[in-house]
Amino acid sequence: MNKLTLALTGNPNAGKTTLFNALTGARQHVGNYPGVTVERKEGEYKKDNFQAVIVDLPGTYSLTAYSEEEVVARDFIANEKPAVVINIIDAANLERNLYLTSQLLELKIPLVVALNMIDVAKDRGIDIEVAKLAALLGVPVLPIVARTGQGLDALMTAAQDMVEGRIAPPDPAKVKISYGEDIDQTLLLMTDLIREKALFGGKYPSRWIAVKIVENDESLIREVAAADPDLGERLKIEADKVADHLMKTFDTYPEAVIADHRYGFIKGILKSGIITHHYDKNRLYTSDRIDKVLTQRFAGPLIMLLTLFSIYQITFSLSALPIAGVETVFSWISTLVDGLLADGALKSMLISGVIDGVGGVMGFVPLIMLMFFCIAILEDSGYLARVAFMMDRIFRIFGLHGSSVMAFIVSGGIAGGCAVPGVMATRTLRSPKERMATLLTVPFMNCGAKLPILALLIGAFFAEHQALYMFAFTLLSWVVALVAAKILRMTVLRGAPTPFVMELPPYRFPTFNGLMIHTWERTWQYIKKAGTVILLISIILWAMMTYPGLSPEKKAQYSKERAQVNALYESDSEEATKLFLKIDNQQQALTLRNSIAGRIGIAMEKVTWLSGFEWRTNIALLGGFAAKEVVVSTLGTAYSMGDVDPEASTSLGQRLARDAAWSPLVALSALLFMMFYAPCFVTVVCIARESGSWNWAIFSILYSTTFAFILATSVYQIGRLLGF
Amino acid sequence: MKRISLRKMAKNQQGTITAVKVAGDLGRRIRDMGLVTGTEIMIQGRAPLNDPVALRIRGNTLTLRNNEADHIEVEVDE
Ligand SMILES: Nc1nc2c(ncn2[C@@H]2O[C@H](COP(=O)(O)OP(=O)(O)OP(=O)(O)O)[C@@H](O)[C@H]2O)c(=O)[nH]1
Repeated sequence: MNKLTLALTGNPNAGKTTLFNALTGARQHVGNYPGVTVERKEGEYKKDNFQAVIVDLPGTYSLTAYSEEEVVARDFIANEKPAVVINIIDAANLERNLYLTSQLLELKIPLVVALNMIDVAKDRGIDIEVAKLAALLGVPVLPIVARTGQGLDALMTAAQDMVEGRIAPPDPAKVKISYGEDIDQTLLLMTDLIREKALFGGKYPSRWIAVKIVENDESLIREVAAADPDLGERLKIEADKVADHLMKTFDTYPEAVIADHRYGFIKGILKSGIITHHYDKNRLYTSDRIDKVLTQRFAGPLIMLLTLFSIYQITFSLSALPIAGVETVFSWISTLVDGLLADGALKSMLISGVIDGVGGVMGFVPLIMLMFFCIAILEDSGYLARVAFMMDRIFRIFGLHGSSVMAFIVSGGIAGGCAVPGVMATRTLRSPKERMATLLTVPFMNCGAKLPILALLIGAFFAEHQALYMFAFTLLSWVVALVAAKILRMTVLRGAPTPFVMELPPYRFPTFNGLMIHTWERTWQYIKKAGTVILLISIILWAMMTYPGLSPEKKAQYSKERAQVNALYESDSEEATKLFLKIDNQQQALTLRNSIAGRIGIAMEKVTWLSGFEWRTNIALLGGFAAKEVVVSTLGTAYSMGDVDPEASTSLGQRLARDAAWSPLVALSALLFMMFYAPCFVTVVCIARESGSWNWAIFSILYSTTFAFILATSVYQIGRLLGF
Repeated sequence: MKRISLRKMAKNQQGTITAVKVAGDLGRRIRDMGLVTGTEIMIQGRAPLNDPVALRIRGNTLTLRNNEADHIEVEVDE
């Protein structure tokens, strides 16, 4: 027997996630709907003799085709025919929430209404006659408090009763919403046409299809045209006729009339003594009083900056210790492998490829967890919506959305973030184009891994003005990211801004459980997805930097040098250690030069001389694609070559400053390139995941590298002309 | 009584929506969020840069941008 499926639907912020978690506990599975980036959450419910799979549909205000979410929700209900749809509504915001309910009723599906947040409603002096409401809607209505679990058993019993036929599904006669004479007439006509042709084999009720067409619902109109072009044409003619008529006589759109009547229907229900307000409706609640301060003209932005900054501080300082812990564990494993295996390709691959690669990814985990925990607090408490509200005016100039600010800050808006959680933080954005633009530009910010590069080069070449340069580069990253977003929004991501019409939900205390589930869900996805691909890439990069290796003669020469050292000094003496290290370094550097990566680096000089980079820099940049941290260490290896003076234990910075291939101008060009070229691979994987396609990820690599190259080249060439 | 655009309303001013003159996605979104003819609203405040605006509607708060508010016509007391 197939498992029963129940679907949860409701407005955003109605408490759907809380209910879902309460019903399914830890038995959850998160995936994506095919082709779109909307999350699909499934969980199992089990109690006594009732067992079902619960699908958490995306939160929507309506069932039009306004957003991907709404289409997903509608298609799921129509195509997968869940045994019962549970519609969760917010008792403290009944009128607006019933708007979705009224549309679900028209779909004539088995529906149970969960009246959530009755505790909040009670606090606000709102009384609701549940039995009467149920009678008027023609479906069971069960009062619940999702947060405490109150009423959940009764809710599930009602659902079970409906599945097993003890409660009749909704009575269509009861919920026939009238849309005014003109539209009703047209609907009648259209319904007949649809019924005659048995459109979609009865997947949707005929009247509902008619309403959607009159409402000018593009996605459904397309569906109809695909199924029966002729019928689609005829229906469209009818719909256009009534639209014309309404425009001429009332100067209005059919969509507006339909929405007005839906709200009229809801008002009619609520007027019949179902809801009593004990206080003035416009009374300010605690939440509004908090808002008076938190969104105040001067205090608001200040508090926001402080909040964002402290999140940043908290995550990066608290995660330092666990990150060090993870790194210790991996270096310990590394040592273990080192001791267990004989020298050779396998050992080198395990250590430099697998352990370093996986370790690099796992090292981010504490950071990501903490960051998501903080974001979850902001999100669940309702503060994030206020941040969007305050920042929208500025971000809109660049074609972004107020909610983008979080992603930018996290990625390194205040130098030292990380683009990985930044990219993942775009999930809280509900506007697809703005979200994509954010996703593609946040990697420009100065993440923590770019800081060592900045520090190295600024320290070596611009030591007198270190702080100034650091600040200027942070500012520059903002300018570049925002301008790039604007350009993207004017080209590949062109399109009208997504409406900002948004809810400011009342402030609520987040529940610990909710926070934990939120945090873990996202962290786990990161570990799983990034971990597997990264492993592969780091093995490839390792191979590129190792093979084909040195010729036997060269190897023999280094062995001979070592033997000489052994002959001259005690094997544990300081001199011997120093000399061994030097020989090791030289051998490594030469291996690197001879490797595939080295050859690519040399080949790339044909292009990169334009921006002043020689092959050693090129290899470092190539390595930086795996992780930006690699840039400094690869530079270290590459520039240790040919250092003849055994006494000179110069730092990398000093070595670069002395090297003929480098100059302040080259350093500036290299800095600009490293700040803006391709994001590191972990970020790229996340971009692919979050955007739902590898095309975007590849696009991100190409456009940012091209941009960085043009920038670096211009600076270098102009600098040369000016005589620097 | 007079009719003005929602953008012109002052803080704490109350009014009743008389028309939402926009079709397409924006119109749909506005209506889905409950801003339909006959709805009473009150301006709760504005963002620090004066845009977007926060409205009180049926005991809850909605925000929208000024250029979106332009499409909404409201009847207000003098
Ligand atoms: N007081 C009270 N708070 C609740 C209740 N149900 C949920 N909440 C809180 O309401 C907030 C929003 O709940 P969610 O479950 O995240 O809402 P949602 O509908 O999933 O919202 P989206 O995730 O935005 O789609 C959370 O802070 C919950 O803790 C309830 O019955 N009473």
